Amino acid sequence: MMETLFGLDYPTWWYLVIGGLFSGYAILDGFDFGAGAWHLFFKKEKSRRIALNAVGPVWDGNEVWLVIGGGALFAGFPVMYATFFSALYVPFMLFLLFIIFRAIAIEFRGKEPMQWWKNLWDVSYSVSSIMLAFLLGVVLGNLLQGIAVGPKYLYQGSGFFEFLNPYALLVGATTLSLFMAHGAIYLLLKTEGRLFAKLTILLKKAMIVFMVLFGVTTLYTLLYIPHLSDDFSEHPILFLVPLLVFLSIANVPRLAAKRRFKLAFFFTSLTIAFSLVLVAVELYPTLLISTVAPEHSIDIYEAAASSKSLEIMLTIVAIGTPLVLGYTIFVYRTFKGKVKLDETSY
Amino acid sequence: METEILARIQFAFTVAFHYIYPPLSIGLGLLMVIFESLYIRTKNQEYHTLARFWTKIFALTFGIGVVTGIVMEFEFGTNWAVYSRYVGDVFGSALAAEGIFAFALESGFLGVLLFGWNRVKPWVHLVSTIGVFLGSMFSAIWIVVANSWQQTPAGFHIVGEGFDARAEITDFWAMVFNPSSVDRLTHVWLGAFLAGAFLVMSVHAYYLLKNKHVSISKRAFKIALAVATIFSLGQLFTGHRSAEGVAENQPAKLAAFEGHFEANAPADMYLVGWVDKENKSVSGLKIPGGLSFLLHYDPETPVTGLDAFPEDEIPGQVNAVFQFYHLMVTIGMLLIGLTLLASFYWWRGKLFKQRWLLKIFVFAAILPQLANQLGWFSAEMGRQPWVVYGLLRTSDAFSQAVTDNQILFSLILFFIVYALLFFLFIYLLNKKIVKGPYSDEEAENRPFTKEISENFTSS
Ligand code: HDD
Ligand code: HEM
Ligand code: HEM
Repeated sequence: MMETLFGLDYPTWWYLVIGGLFSGYAILDGFDFGAGAWHLFFKKEKSRRIALNAVGPVWDGNEVWLVIGGGALFAGFPVMYATFFSALYVPFMLFLLFIIFRAIAIEFRGKEPMQWWKNLWDVSYSVSSIMLAFLLGVVLGNLLQGIAVGPKYLYQGSGFFEFLNPYALLVGATTLSLFMAHGAIYLLLKTEGRLFAKLTILLKKAMIVFMVLFGVTTLYTLLYIPHLSDDFSEHPILFLVPLLVFLSIANVPRLAAKRRFKLAFFFTSLTIAFSLVLVAVELYPTLLISTVAPEHSIDIYEAAASSKSLEIMLTIVAIGTPLVLGYTIFVYRTFKGKVKLDETSY
Repeated sequence: METEILARIQFAFTVAFHYIYPPLSIGLGLLMVIFESLYIRTKNQEYHTLARFWTKIFALTFGIGVVTGIVMEFEFGTNWAVYSRYVGDVFGSALAAEGIFAFALESGFLGVLLFGWNRVKPWVHLVSTIGVFLGSMFSAIWIVVANSWQQTPAGFHIVGEGFDARAEITDFWAMVFNPSSVDRLTHVWLGAFLAGAFLVMSVHAYYLLKNKHVSISKRAFKIALAVATIFSLGQLFTGHRSAEGVAENQPAKLAAFEGHFEANAPADMYLVGWVDKENKSVSGLKIPGGLSFLLHYDPETPVTGLDAFPEDEIPGQVNAVFQFYHLMVTIGMLLIGLTLLASFYWWRGKLFKQRWLLKIFVFAAILPQLANQLGWFSAEMGRQPWVVYGLLRTSDAFSQAVTDNQILFSLILFFIVYALLFFLFIYLLNKKIVKGPYSDEEAENRPFTKEISENFTSS
């Protein structure tokens, strides 16, 4: 007998927790990667410093969401964590590599006055930000499409580059463009003057690219990934979710034109969240689709830790979340407003 | 086989590299809290300068600690899939608690700690420093609990068989307070405090020798010396507790620590030695019955030796375990000797005249670092061939889906990137030290207004 809480069983609760964590992560590190992706578009030293310092005090806190999300996956769905991470070994290793390069670029760029030094780290910062956003999308694409899991959770795929299939590349590009739009708005909130003016133009471009890519991805999904669209033909009400994605993104250009960037930022955040809700709805209750045979797919009940363990962790989350929210708000309030460079800046 | 070895090398390499930084962050965190509290109590500007100076170095160690830590977290899944499925239910909750209680606390307040000096009131800043310090102490709790669980499993039962076997948690607190966690956690904490305190002493001893920043350096050195003296003595005590625990719970490991082969005989303690596993003998300088005496306060009491175990249940590298363990203990004794000597001179009011001693302290910062690494290597290699002691073998635990080529690729990658990271770390550390604690004050007097107004017009 499965234990329940307010009518939902524990694995479903944990599915929601993880969904929440990864959405939070995507929204936060999303603007942070997005801002970094634009970095080389800024030409002046001052602009680059301002852009860098806009993420300076928050990037580490944003990355914690990844750490917690990863931990939550390990804890709640160990089978999924183990199978998925070992199957996508190469993209995850690349992801780690770029995480490192991005962090050291932020840390080290300002430490020497030489121009070549700064250029080197600017490139490292920007390229890793782009690659991270892209790889997140690629991983998501592989998740949606399913991977070759056989009996005993054994991955039967082959080759280094199997994760780079067309669908994954498409989702990767879509993710990158969404993060870039999101990041541009974040920077708009943090900058003034010419840099600000430049960003308004960049934002428009990113929006257009994203809308096109999102449309293409949706079509591709409906046409070529039947196991995802099945749910939709059975429950047409689910079409509301992609509609919500469109509606929330459609709001952004209008708000940007009126210079209501806080609200625009809220709506790009919503776009990211709804996109992930879309993913979650399409998959549930499956976690990992096997492309080898349906019986090797892993669902949340098979992947989940024991009820006892889930109960303990739900308690931990219930105690911890208000604390985390509390000091996150405290930090963002301390650093709200436009960037001011001082001697503690990068 | 190949894959297993590569996965083990990669894990050992990346975790050992990670473990250069957290102990420094934890130890420096403690000293920053002390400096800043003293500033708030005494309003003495020198403490403020010290707190700011060490915060900058802390930022460096912390940053590298974070990125190398994320690697560790992913690696369980990528390289140790079978192990992750096996232990996920049990120590997943420890890792989840770590994320929520520790890392979120740390990095939440980190922004204020690093960038908030001019934005928040001094006491709010102190609270943030304490938050970051406590966060780092908590991270140590959960990760050491998880590791201790795999050394001495408790509070679980096994469900399923063969490939499907998994450990499921039955009692959370029994898991958290498994037989080795408290002893090991205290030992790890003190090791971290020592790493931080010795770095502080090293840098300020260097300034004193160069006749720079003299007044501030004397202050800092004394505080760090007090911390180091207390904790190096404490380390002997917690280490001894750990050894008693190992004797009880992991007898094969203890036997490997001392190279004790005979199944059931009084055991000696070696000061230095070399183990010949083939011939089951140790040559070196020993205290007869020493180990028996330390464990049972009687040199005649028998201690279980390696021969009491089947060949495939004892560590493969007995000599390495022996050497690592003995080096750690030797370093522990050295630290006690050094800090007591320095404290003696301090008491006699002649500490800063002993230039030779200061010179030793400049280099001594490496010692606690070494001991920390050696300690983990002996604890982890002494646990072999088990990944979860007595339950799951390392050779069954790695990811079947990953090929040796993939691991080789990532191993080389990590090797290159970490070499670069380490080089940059040393370079920047050196730069900050050369610049000295007062570089801030000058910067503070520079007007920023011009700089900021320029921002508005550039793009
Ligand atoms: C919570 C888990 C955990 C924690 C906190 C640590 N380790 Fe560990 N370690 C493992 C979990 C683990 C493991 C996953 O269980 C490994 C991989 C293969 C094995 O046998 O155990 C391991 C292996 C392993 C090995 C290889 C032993 C061998 O293959 O012979 C070394 C040298 C270390 N570790 C060193 C460390 C250091 C320096 C740590 C300090 C930060 C550390 N470990 C913390
Ligand atoms: C295999 C074992 C380990 C894993 C999986 C691991 C995981 C992590 C992760 C994911 C982070 C980054 C957190 C962030 O984003 O803020 C991190 C940082 C940190 N870890 Fe580890 N860690 C391991 C071993 C240890 C040990 C043994 C200790 C302490 C004794 C420790 C102490 C810390 C601390 C204090 C930090 C904060 C950064 C710093 O101070 O350098 N870790 N670790
Ligand atoms: C003074 C004499 C010391 C003794 C008798 C001692 C004893 C021990 C023992 C028995 C273990 C193995 C515990 C296990 O496998 O469960 C251990 C591990 C360890 N030691 Fe020591 N130790 C000493 C000094 C030090 C010093 C000075 C440091 C660092 C500054 C240090 C750092 C460590 C670390 C990091 C570990 C691995 C974590 C653990 O297993 O607790 N030790 N020590």
